[in-house]
Amino acid sequence: MDIPPLTNGYEIVYKKPQTLTDTPMHYCPGCGHGVAHRVLMEVVEEMGIQDRTIGVAPVGCSVFAYDYMNIDMQEAPHGRASAVASGIKRVLPDRYVFSYQGDGDLAAIGTGETIHVVNRGENILMVFINNGVYGMTGGQMAPTTLLGMKTTTTPYGREVKTAGHPLRITNLVAQLPGACYVTRQAVHTPTTVRKLKKAFRAALEYQQKQQGTCFVEVVSNCPSSWKMTPAEANKWLEENMFPFYPLGDLKLPAQSN
Amino acid sequence: MEEKAEVRLMKGNEALAEAAFRAGMHAYFGYPITPQSEVIEYLMAEQPSHPECVILQAESELAAINMIYGASGAGARVMITSSGPGISLMQEGISYMSSAQLPCLIANIQRGGPGLGTIQPSQGDYFQAVKGGGHGDYHLIVLAPASVQEMADFVFEGFRLAEKYRNPAMILTDGALGQMMEKVVLPPKGSLPYPEKPWATTGKTKDRERNIITSLFIQPEKMEQINLGLQAKYRQIEKEEVRYETIAVDDAEILLVAFGLTSRICQKTQQLARERGMRVGLLRPITLYPFPVEPIAALAAKVDAVLVVEMNAGQMVEDVRLAVEGKCPVQFKGRMGGMIPSPEEVLQAVETIAEKQHAEL
Ligand SMILES: Cc1ncc(C[n+]2csc(CCOP(=O)(O)OP(=O)(O)O)c2C)c(N)n1
Ligand code: SF4
Repeated sequence: MDIPPLTNGYEIVYKKPQTLTDTPMHYCPGCGHGVAHRVLMEVVEEMGIQDRTIGVAPVGCSVFAYDYMNIDMQEAPHGRASAVASGIKRVLPDRYVFSYQGDGDLAAIGTGETIHVVNRGENILMVFINNGVYGMTGGQMAPTTLLGMKTTTTPYGREVKTAGHPLRITNLVAQLPGACYVTRQAVHTPTTVRKLKKAFRAALEYQQKQQGTCFVEVVSNCPSSWKMTPAEANKWLEENMFPFYPLGDLKLPAQSN
Repeated sequence: MEEKAEVRLMKGNEALAEAAFRAGMHAYFGYPITPQSEVIEYLMAEQPSHPECVILQAESELAAINMIYGASGAGARVMITSSGPGISLMQEGISYMSSAQLPCLIANIQRGGPGLGTIQPSQGDYFQAVKGGGHGDYHLIVLAPASVQEMADFVFEGFRLAEKYRNPAMILTDGALGQMMEKVVLPPKGSLPYPEKPWATTGKTKDRERNIITSLFIQPEKMEQINLGLQAKYRQIEKEEVRYETIAVDDAEILLVAFGLTSRICQKTQQLARERGMRVGLLRPITLYPFPVEPIAALAAKVDAVLVVEMNAGQMVEDVRLAVEGKCPVQFKGRMGGMIPSPEEVLQAVETIAEKQHAEL
């Protein structure tokens, strides 16, 4: 029996979607992962596709996504989420399948899979959380780490000479004919959250049209590894990450014909 | 119309591929490597007659094994094949699948190693196949065919065992068996039933909790319980699934032990030895894991000596020694690097043992 919530006469305008579990999230205060999870699950609930959605979360801070998302999920080896998702989608082509990957996962160890999954135009959604570091393993350099940025493996700041350039893999992905919809969003303000939600919704809707891979980058933060308060991290994000990773659509389905 | 079994002349690799269709495989993900490329080539050529089956050439064995992981987790009957370097590349994924308890059938059409090695047949991957291969405590169920017929039969058996135990199964064979042509009787399509897979991630419907496929158990207490569960499963497999074959062992003084291709060579040696009046028998392990420990131990108590023959530097011989437990001497005869021992070469080794045995009397 559903127990009506105690509203004392007020109207409920915001609540936890039932596509999220009651498990408290382990993410650090101010981390973008939790909000990104929630927004994605709100879309799944609103589209009414909980019973047809399968998610894949690889090793990384979000490996426990299956504790929070109330849908069928698979955990994947580091870097292989999009291959796992391809395997699922190929045998269950009518389901909605997404991978949810960090920058180390998607743009370093899993670069091969990323390029080939998109190039084959697998009809999945790839969610790419770009926080510029390896969060889970304690803040080492990621392929997306900005030049000069200090991490535990670039203690004097990232240098081109030794560590090469930060990788804008989303721009690369957008070049591939198999990509249907490629966009770069953020998750640190109410406005960016609303835009992200629209992007997730569009990406899942396109999936049904079988036009190729949808790829949503979320430029996010990692207050713990960046050694900043959440507010400082979001300011730093705007001042440093956005100029190198500008927000906006990189490819729309209409262009892919 | 009811389909019937069919007799054909085929290469081992083709028989394996055709058997996979007939065994109701849903998906195959692979990558070319000699001497197993005929498998994916055959599957691609025949796929139009099996539209329900997904056949995909992946960008690497690494991607392929993870596609297998995803598809198996989604409930599909899946197979992957490769050789040497490709199987090595898959080990992380195989370890994950063992922990997440995902059934799949892997065939290793062995070539000579280490490294890039040679494309000639070998049995050098025995350790990798039966001792785990990747990280952590786990076992694959390992079947070793010795004919083209068994290349086909063990596909059915491999799928059945993998699904029964929710465990990866491996067909450990070699380039010679993969390439040789023999008569094969192929079972009809649809003869292998699909078990229920209530654990599969097919979409969380209202009537059930969400399904999660994972190998992550961060609490050591939980991880130990998972390990204990896996070990209990392996003990059950060891109890119930041991398969082997013996020839002329009742009065044998010397026991040959060999699997796969070398068991066929030893069969010839065994005949030659009998013709020369030597009492030689043969035991062929069909399952390499679970290993036929008890049958070997029982025979070791009766024979004067055991000779293990392999196309490697001596791998299965270690398991034979563990089974024999010092009851009699265990000798080894091997060739490496893609070389195949001849029956006469093995006979020489048998004669040396026989002479030594008589000298000691
Ligand atoms: C094969 C392999 N190599 C290394 C690791 C260790 N590892 C776990 S997570 C991770 C990096 C995660 O970073 P990212 O993908 O950016 O996700 P984040 O934690 O920042 O969300 C690494 C290197 C692993 N689990 N497996
Ligand atoms: S380490 Fe970074 S990415 Fe991981 S939860 Fe904490 S803030 Fe988020």
